[in-house]
Amino acid sequence: MTVIPSIKRDYLSKLAKQGKRADGRKFDEFRKIEIETGVVTKAEGSARVKIGNTQVLVGIKMDVGEPYSDSPESGVMTTAAELIPLASPDFEAGPPRENAIELARVVDRGVRESEVIELDKLCIEPGEKVWIVFIDIHILDYDGNLFDAASLATLAALFTAKVPAKRFELGDDYTIPLKDPPVSCTSVKFNDVVVMDPSIDEEEIADARLTVATDKNGDLRAMQKGLSGSFTTDEIRKVIKSSLDNGKTIREQLYKIIGK
Amino acid sequence: MKSDIKLIDSKGKRLDGRKFDELRKIKIEAGVLHRAEGSCYLEWGENKILAAVYGPREAIPKHTQNPLRAIVKARYNMAAFSVEDRKRPGPDRRSREISKVISEALENIILTEKYPRASIDVNIEVLDAEAGTRCAGLTAAGVALADAGIPMKDIPASCAAGKIEDQVVLDLGKEEDNYGNADLPIAISPRSGEVLLLQMDGHLTEDEFNKALNLAINGCKIVSDIQKKALLDKYQPALEVD
Repeated sequence: MTVIPSIKRDYLSKLAKQGKRADGRKFDEFRKIEIETGVVTKAEGSARVKIGNTQVLVGIKMDVGEPYSDSPESGVMTTAAELIPLASPDFEAGPPRENAIELARVVDRGVRESEVIELDKLCIEPGEKVWIVFIDIHILDYDGNLFDAASLATLAALFTAKVPAKRFELGDDYTIPLKDPPVSCTSVKFNDVVVMDPSIDEEEIADARLTVATDKNGDLRAMQKGLSGSFTTDEIRKVIKSSLDNGKTIREQLYKIIGK
Repeated sequence: MKSDIKLIDSKGKRLDGRKFDELRKIKIEAGVLHRAEGSCYLEWGENKILAAVYGPREAIPKHTQNPLRAIVKARYNMAAFSVEDRKRPGPDRRSREISKVISEALENIILTEKYPRASIDVNIEVLDAEAGTRCAGLTAAGVALADAGIPMKDIPASCAAGKIEDQVVLDLGKEEDNYGNADLPIAISPRSGEVLLLQMDGHLTEDEFNKALNLAINGCKIVSDIQKKALLDKYQPALEVD
């Protein structure tokens, strides 16, 4: 470990022993979340989410294309993330690396596996023509916890998106058929302390990370453990509990924004 | 290019109701990002641009370093969702060229000799695009550089003029760009009047060029006032406390 992270680790661990975090939050407390939708005119749907100083912009574009041969009657969705050098002094230009790909895949899975988008309703002509949904995640300002900011922005963008049927001469525009979304909450562990919604400093010294997506009924819909450290089963249960609590508040905030 | 679209109506107004020498609406905000050393959010008509500056910092890879001065690396990038048909992420030939001419314009105006071997990185993200993104991007970059405290001879301002239906006009909109006869984007150093960037496509007579150039220079001066106001809006309160 290089010098600066080890100083940070000492400082944050010392605070944690007194039950504190550097920005004054409780261990299971999120930073302030702001959601703004309809920010990009050219996109079919868009949302900017701020979690503390972290800022993520997600845009939805749609196109008409061919379905996959194993699912001829269902629409196609693809997710891409770019860690553009605008967002952090440590991000470099170039094709997406591991971190960007993991981020895109975790967000993609959260949407796909929980069947938020009803892809079977995005079929135009079975086997021939379906709607393709492009989810593009643009990181604008990186101050920790991209997973939750990107997932939340993706949901807010999807829920306010319009299928551009008119542009393709396929009738009137309509909203994308969607189901209740799961909300993702990320925690990290360092020196046996587990904290929710890590800041960039906490993320930098983290041994392990756990993202938990929960649905409206309080059930689990997706999880991803990251980094080389480990969790005890008790810690995992605790993370799930606080993910459910925080997920509920965030869901209420999201519903208010999208008018649900 | 011929089309049926009437770009100027019988009353001499353009499609969006502007006069010949009128800019689209411009809104600039300085210092909008937390991590960047300096940043700027700019709306120019329907264009939405974010610019962020990092550095001066050690230039990597090392062979790009100049022992006498800093290098300026501008990176113009369009978000996939910023245009009608989704753009594939990552640089293409067009954005590489724009990055190059913007880098060169900025290199002229930044006091690069103060930072040998360093790199000053200017990231321009087009979030929503509708004609004139290079001018909007360069204008945003100028404000972000000032916000970052990078020493410059002046704050560069940029604007385009063009020709539609044989009429020289300021700041082409989307249809005017698509169906017009010529486009002339420029950037200047407003105090000295020096031209830092100039490109042209289409067809202009020498007289029309002179007219368009003057119009664009006047446009840059208006843009420059808006840039300075944005910076004052951010820093004036701090000055008043002292």
